[in-house]
Amino acid sequence: YIVTIRVKPDHSGVVTDGVKHSMNPFCEIAVEEAVKLKEKKFIKEVVAVSCGPTQVTETIRTALAMGCDRGIHVEVSGKDYEAMGPLQIAKIFAALAKKEEASLVILGKQAIDDDCNQTGQMTAALLDWPQGTFASEVTIDGEKVKVVREIDGGLETIKISMPAVLTADLRLNTPRYATLPNIMKAKKKKIANMKPADLGVDMVSRVEVLRVDEPPTRLAGVKVETVDDLVAKLKANGTI
Amino acid sequence: MNINRLIALSKSVQFGKILTSNARHATKEVTLPNRTIRTHARNLAYAKDLFLGKVNKAECFPYPEIGNEELEEINSFVAPVEKFFTEEVDSKRIDHEAKIPPETLNGLKELGLFGIQVPEEYGGLGLSNTMYARLGEIISLDGSIAVTLAAHQAIGLKGILIAGSEEQKAKYLPKLASGEHVAAFCLTEPGSGSDAASIQTKATLSEDRKTYLLNGSKIWISNGGFADLMTVFARTEVVGEDGVKKDKITAFIVERAFGGITSGKPEDKLGIRGSNTCEVSFDNCPVPVENVIGEVGGGFKVAMNILNSGRFSMGSAGSGMIKKLIEMTAEYAGSRKQFGKNLSEFGMIQEKFAVMAQNAFVMESMAYLTAGMMDRPGVPDCSLEAAMVKVFSSEGGWICVSEALQVLGGLGYTKNYPYERYLRDCRILLIFEGTNEILRMYIALTGMQYAGKILTGKIKEMKKGNVGVALEMLGRKLGDALGRKVDLGLTGMDGVVHPGLADSAKKLEQNVAHFGSTVENLLYRYGKTIVEEQLILKRVADVLINLYAMTAVLSRSSRSISIGLRNHDHEVLLANTFCTDAFFKNNYWLTQLQRNSPENQDENIKKIAREVLEKRTYVCSHPLDRTF
Repeated sequence: YIVTIRVKPDHSGVVTDGVKHSMNPFCEIAVEEAVKLKEKKFIKEVVAVSCGPTQVTETIRTALAMGCDRGIHVEVSGKDYEAMGPLQIAKIFAALAKKEEASLVILGKQAIDDDCNQTGQMTAALLDWPQGTFASEVTIDGEKVKVVREIDGGLETIKISMPAVLTADLRLNTPRYATLPNIMKAKKKKIANMKPADLGVDMVSRVEVLRVDEPPTRLAGVKVETVDDLVAKLKANGTI
Repeated sequence: MNINRLIALSKSVQFGKILTSNARHATKEVTLPNRTIRTHARNLAYAKDLFLGKVNKAECFPYPEIGNEELEEINSFVAPVEKFFTEEVDSKRIDHEAKIPPETLNGLKELGLFGIQVPEEYGGLGLSNTMYARLGEIISLDGSIAVTLAAHQAIGLKGILIAGSEEQKAKYLPKLASGEHVAAFCLTEPGSGSDAASIQTKATLSEDRKTYLLNGSKIWISNGGFADLMTVFARTEVVGEDGVKKDKITAFIVERAFGGITSGKPEDKLGIRGSNTCEVSFDNCPVPVENVIGEVGGGFKVAMNILNSGRFSMGSAGSGMIKKLIEMTAEYAGSRKQFGKNLSEFGMIQEKFAVMAQNAFVMESMAYLTAGMMDRPGVPDCSLEAAMVKVFSSEGGWICVSEALQVLGGLGYTKNYPYERYLRDCRILLIFEGTNEILRMYIALTGMQYAGKILTGKIKEMKKGNVGVALEMLGRKLGDALGRKVDLGLTGMDGVVHPGLADSAKKLEQNVAHFGSTVENLLYRYGKTIVEEQLILKRVADVLINLYAMTAVLSRSSRSISIGLRNHDHEVLLANTFCTDAFFKNNYWLTQLQRNSPENQDENIKKIAREVLEKRTYVCSHPLDRTF
């Protein structure tokens, strides 16, 4: 994912115009898991959802090409899109999950552009559903889901009832390539279009971005000959 | 005659000479012999009219566009293929081991890349030529894979696609499209390379007239070591209309399963080392008569059609590769410092980038113009244009890769960087799919044959007493002699070229007019014997290639300006720079083609060659030798 990120001159955000966008890698893993569960016949239908401007339909098509059955494009553009954050998306997902009577909502654990790691958890809270986050293994057992979670201390296994929210971590699976014949078949699959208002979701953000800056450029280091020199230098610049 | 005196008074004595010689030669019929390179002026597309000094605007302007839906589709294909090539293809390993790993080949099959142009009903993707060219840009990131795929679908199974019967298509295409069976194209033999019509492999009909027995051997067959299905060309006995028995070439679909087929060991090549190339021998291989492609005896035409239909994609493949090289090299030039400055600040380095950018620009423009023309309904014959794309792209690619390597200097020369591999992989482009020498002959002679026919027609009309035609020709000659300004409709009120490119368009028009009269000249001077004059035909071909390139570039940038594409002013810059450069080159070559031109050293060149080849060695005495 080699893209040169530049901060906008007015420091309001990052330049996204003309920058290549593609599916978040953790979301790819989530789609792959959903398709796998369908192939193992644990679930009947996989619906791919994306919120954003028209371009997101391309991403939905990729999900369809990977094996999802249909897509939903929740149209959000302009100022609403720039201000959109995990809370708004979670509200949309919660509304859709109820509307579609979903048994599982599977998302990537976090998006690699903002690294929030909140959407899955917020969705579960809004729905009052159990959540299995940072999943590295998912097994469906009757009406329950066994989730192995990657946590700082190691691995934690939990069993939660469906309906539930799961978020995918890196080692859950290796996403398949969308093959060209599948992409062509995906063209015939339907993508429904709707607005947040249709779901009764208010997109107003409670968060205001004050300023975005690039990380400070790394300063060159200084080599010293002895430990005494090191101590002297550290004292001189006030570190100790 | 009054005309003669007028001409004697005009400043350009040369044109005067042409007119008087015209008067003398007007009675000589201009016909060209039946050449071994068969061309049919079926419905040849754009380039043929350039030989008459005419620009067929409607063919190339506006620049072909694809529909929104098709554009979306092709963009959705590009991403997964790019992803696969960046993540799963280890070009260095493929080159080192001279093998494409089976996992990689399987990945390519699953992606659907083995049946790009096979219709959907037979399990392929059914993509147009334009889309094929677009995918070619990405596939060319690895030379061995590109050649393996091309050998399979651009030529290996193309015969079935374009000339096969419904039964043959239904029987063979599905497994070929999925990659379960891989195809190969078997034409070349040890004794027949460029001279493809001289092949000796024989196919003899059995007593019961149900099977052909194939005997002979083919060399340089890509995928020859493992192909399950081959399009093989062999001589069959055909009884002509006059009852005379002749041995004519027929195309066959041959399955390895038929038996009697042996593949030699893989050739150890300079480049595209991952592509399997070997000898394939047929020993009484039985082929059912149902497997003849097209008509018995019509194989040569099938072969030429197959080769002509795949050539254009070399343009997009080449430009894809150069674009990648520009990125890699620019990174280096922008960070490497010598003499206190970045390399990118030095003129000679900057020139290299300008050359690479121009070449990529021209190649792309030509490739997609040709693909767009080929995708038009009615299947126009773009073999001439495709050949021009191939010649330009192969040579341009070779130069650009060399320059890119040069920017990196010593680093570029090592195997730690991919430049040397690109260089080695690139070299084959000038050789296969028709050597550039053969293609130049094809380009020049096809056009001259067409022009010759038209001219002969006009002369016939004149002899019949058609005054109109005579006056028209005389009028044109006078106009040229008196330096009338050329206007072929590219600029001005109904001009198809955007006013921002008017200068370059005028240069193109001038070149075309000059070219047309030069061609006419050559036909009058040489008649049939023009076939022998390779050095002349070479220049004719080179000028034509430049003219087509200029057309493509002007058409593309006109469109870009008109629709306001991003960075169109850079396109205008590239277009104008290329056109000016090509204009002067063309003028020089055309000058060399005039009668008794002092710039033309062909006689000396041939003399040198004769003396060297006679002795089969360098002829001069050593500079240190003494006579006493």
